[in-house]
Amino acid sequence: MEHAGIVHRCFRCGYCKFPGDYHDFNCPPHRVFGWDTYSCGGRMWLINAWLNQEIQPSQRFAEILFSCVACANCQEYCVYPFKDDLLAVFEETKTALVNGGLAPPAVRDYFKAIHVNGNPYKLPQEQRGRWAEGTGLEEFSGQEYLFYVGCVGSYDEIGMRMARSVGLMLKEAGYSIGYLGSRETCDGNEVKVLGETGLFSLLAEENIRKFREMGVKKVITLDPHALNVFRKEYPKLGADFQVWHFTEVLGQAVKQGRIVPSPYRVRVTYHDPCYLGRHNRIFKPPRSVLKRIPDLEVVEMRRSKEDSFCCGGGGGNFFTDILGGGEDSPNRVRIREAADTGAELLAVTCPTCAKMLTDALKAEDLQGRMEVVDLAEILRRAGVGC
Amino acid sequence: MDRILQSLIDIVGEKAVSNHAEEIWYYARDPGVMPPHEPDYVVAPRTTEEVQRIVQLANRERIPIVPMGNGMALTGLVIPLKGGIVLDMKRMDRILEVNERGRYVIVEGGTSQGKLKSYLEDHYPHLRHSIPDAPAATTIAANVAIHGQGRLTQQYGFNSDMVTGLEVVLPTGEVCRIGSCSMGPYWFSKGPTLPDLSGLFLGWLGTTGIITKVGIRLYPRKKMRDVEIFVTDRDDLVADIVYRVTHTEMVEDITVWFQPKPLMFKDNNHITIYLTGDTDEELEFKRLMIWDALREFIDSKDGGFMSVQPLKPMLLEMPQRGIAAFADVPKGGGFEYSGPITLVDQYPMYAEKVKQLASKYNVVYAGTARIISGGHAMMFGISFAFNRADPDMIDRVRRAVHEATEFALDLGGIPWKPNIHEQKLAMERMDPNTLRLMKMIKQNLDPQGIMNPGNWEVG
Ligand SMILES: Cc1cc2nc3c(=O)[nH]c(=O)nc-3n(C[C@H](O)[C@H](O)[C@H](O)COP(=O)(O)OP(=O)(O)OC[C@H]3O[C@@H](n4cnc5c(N)ncnc54)[C@H](O)[C@@H]3O)c2cc1C
Repeated sequence: MEHAGIVHRCFRCGYCKFPGDYHDFNCPPHRVFGWDTYSCGGRMWLINAWLNQEIQPSQRFAEILFSCVACANCQEYCVYPFKDDLLAVFEETKTALVNGGLAPPAVRDYFKAIHVNGNPYKLPQEQRGRWAEGTGLEEFSGQEYLFYVGCVGSYDEIGMRMARSVGLMLKEAGYSIGYLGSRETCDGNEVKVLGETGLFSLLAEENIRKFREMGVKKVITLDPHALNVFRKEYPKLGADFQVWHFTEVLGQAVKQGRIVPSPYRVRVTYHDPCYLGRHNRIFKPPRSVLKRIPDLEVVEMRRSKEDSFCCGGGGGNFFTDILGGGEDSPNRVRIREAADTGAELLAVTCPTCAKMLTDALKAEDLQGRMEVVDLAEILRRAGVGC
Repeated sequence: MDRILQSLIDIVGEKAVSNHAEEIWYYARDPGVMPPHEPDYVVAPRTTEEVQRIVQLANRERIPIVPMGNGMALTGLVIPLKGGIVLDMKRMDRILEVNERGRYVIVEGGTSQGKLKSYLEDHYPHLRHSIPDAPAATTIAANVAIHGQGRLTQQYGFNSDMVTGLEVVLPTGEVCRIGSCSMGPYWFSKGPTLPDLSGLFLGWLGTTGIITKVGIRLYPRKKMRDVEIFVTDRDDLVADIVYRVTHTEMVEDITVWFQPKPLMFKDNNHITIYLTGDTDEELEFKRLMIWDALREFIDSKDGGFMSVQPLKPMLLEMPQRGIAAFADVPKGGGFEYSGPITLVDQYPMYAEKVKQLASKYNVVYAGTARIISGGHAMMFGISFAFNRADPDMIDRVRRAVHEATEFALDLGGIPWKPNIHEQKLAMERMDPNTLRLMKMIKQNLDPQGIMNPGNWEVG
């Protein structure tokens, strides 16, 4: 394990469990399971015990590790100099568990589905472009930007709706974009986070090769998870394309007057996805888009920006569901927090969050009070002149 | 399935009980230097009634039971020395009531310091509580159960002095209210003018009952807060400096600290003085009064105010997160401290001893004194950091801390949050009648000896 040398240095003080102002526990698995063992400090101590052979790897140990949503709240608030490596420690431990055949069944199924089908939904590759049907958007053929959609945007109904809405808004703003459709391959962010390094390398190398062959120089992603892995991991494997999240692009578009929103009287709260916010420090662009819509009121949730509470879908949990449902599940906690603001719309910028929070809206019976809507859809509702 | 496990599940539900190897291993230890001992079960109750039923079960079956907050006392007080049940109280974390005009708050027994701080900032921005510098996840009930100290201790005494009422599950399972709340709806007094029964629980390290609700005083939160550091290289002047500053009755908190690293701090005593005020004028006036009180030391060049600007963000933080970072000085994840309570006059002897011990045991030290109640006493923290991967260093720290406590008790100090060995040292020195009284109380409250056994165990 590359980071074995830091594992014993955790003091388990617990700052990692909180947001900056200590409002409430901000570590989703700790919130769900309640035990200290399911928090960052607990994991560090257990990993140390496992490295010292004081405990044996078990199903429970695996659950503790794989329930981590990689939301990076711990990295944000740990007080120690090794804070930036916490998620790497968890990832390396998960790799060891995967290699030792100890990944939970749901995780194994996830890897298998991606390996066999190229996506976790076990759906045919040809269906990957269905989201674009009837939009008039074109497949990639040398346009300036590749619009990379990812698995959730390609196969999940809510994700597909978001892919359409974002794709069309980018087009309206005058960006020359093309999508891959059936040629698209999973970006591998969650595969990596879940510790399957071999599969991740295959996916990443395949994507890099394909992008290079197709002459892709600039990528706009729908999904912050894809943004994260493209920006941080792919360059290590030789990728040389530039990448932006669509919120960065729309932020520029409204700033440059490529999009001029009309007034829209509505109260909106914005949920920061972990891979956009904490992981990639993109806090401003989505807010700047909302603020450019006349009459629209933005109200912040109690926990936002660096303190945002994860929807529970990160770290592969969207597919593996190790956190499970119930009142304390992160998406339900989060939707209650959003409803507390009195907002009519909850703006989302990640297909995983969109799905998780839409499900939570139903579970909490809040459909009458609030809607979960992606940022591009809000612009569309406002009406834009381009 | 094991009968006890089933009974616990019947009380709190499956998700709130664990006897999995992972929780058993984790809850067997704290981050200090005391050796671990495994519990049989870890249970996380949500209500007083659940706590009551767990205690009744434990009492019936004679199972040891150890209440735990965040396990940060560091002296092994939550290590289940005789196995049994560790009660993780953190799920009982509701803030139940704030009486704004009466300036008190009632919280559940697992509420963290951080949560209360944030809640008050949101809802009662002109009120605050005496927050310790312990990590924010540490709990209010545990802090008063060990007579902790916080930001307002210089002004108002130990945090346990600020208790305004308790709800306790006795070791025999009765739920008992202490103070004004035993007679009516208000939680404004823990004792006076009744017989003060809170003393049966405060300072007992969880050996006489489980606090399920605690009322504590709140205090005005001024609009501004500032800090100055007065530096002197003369240990012998510290008590006098503190005496002059406390005479002004103008300061919030006073801590005195010295440490060898970084080099700029070496060989100096840093007297950190916190000020609060509602206006610039008020702050300025207080600052002037303090400068005036210390002018003599400045004129004689025995001390002076250091430039504090770069340190301000860290010093004004509550809790001060940087203190936990001491644990990583030897790249190691641990520190331990002895924190005897003693007279401020004894500062020079303590300061000397810390350095002596650090050199004798070859360990990294930090010394900190927190002034209590306008100088009536101080908590002198003798801290040594260690590397958790180095058993020899851990052992050296253990011996250094033990020697520090022996030294303090020999000088007439009393131990704070003592580990079991320090408790023994204290009891050896205690008046036999006092000891008998403690034994009587303990035996009557806990006839089966189930509450945090091994601690405050009078032979
Ligand atoms: C970096 C650092 C800084 C610190 N600074 C301070 C400081 O400024 N001031 C200060 O006072 N302390 C300080 N401490 C010491 C300690 O962390 C605090 O006193 C803290 O309040 C302990 O809380 P806890 O929840 O971790 O207690 P625990 O360690 O969990 O418990 C302490 C004791 O209380 C008992 N207990 C716990 N809950 C209950 C309950 N509900 N009913 C009855 N008994 C109970 C336990 O059995 C145990 O005996 C510091 C510690 C660290 C590591």
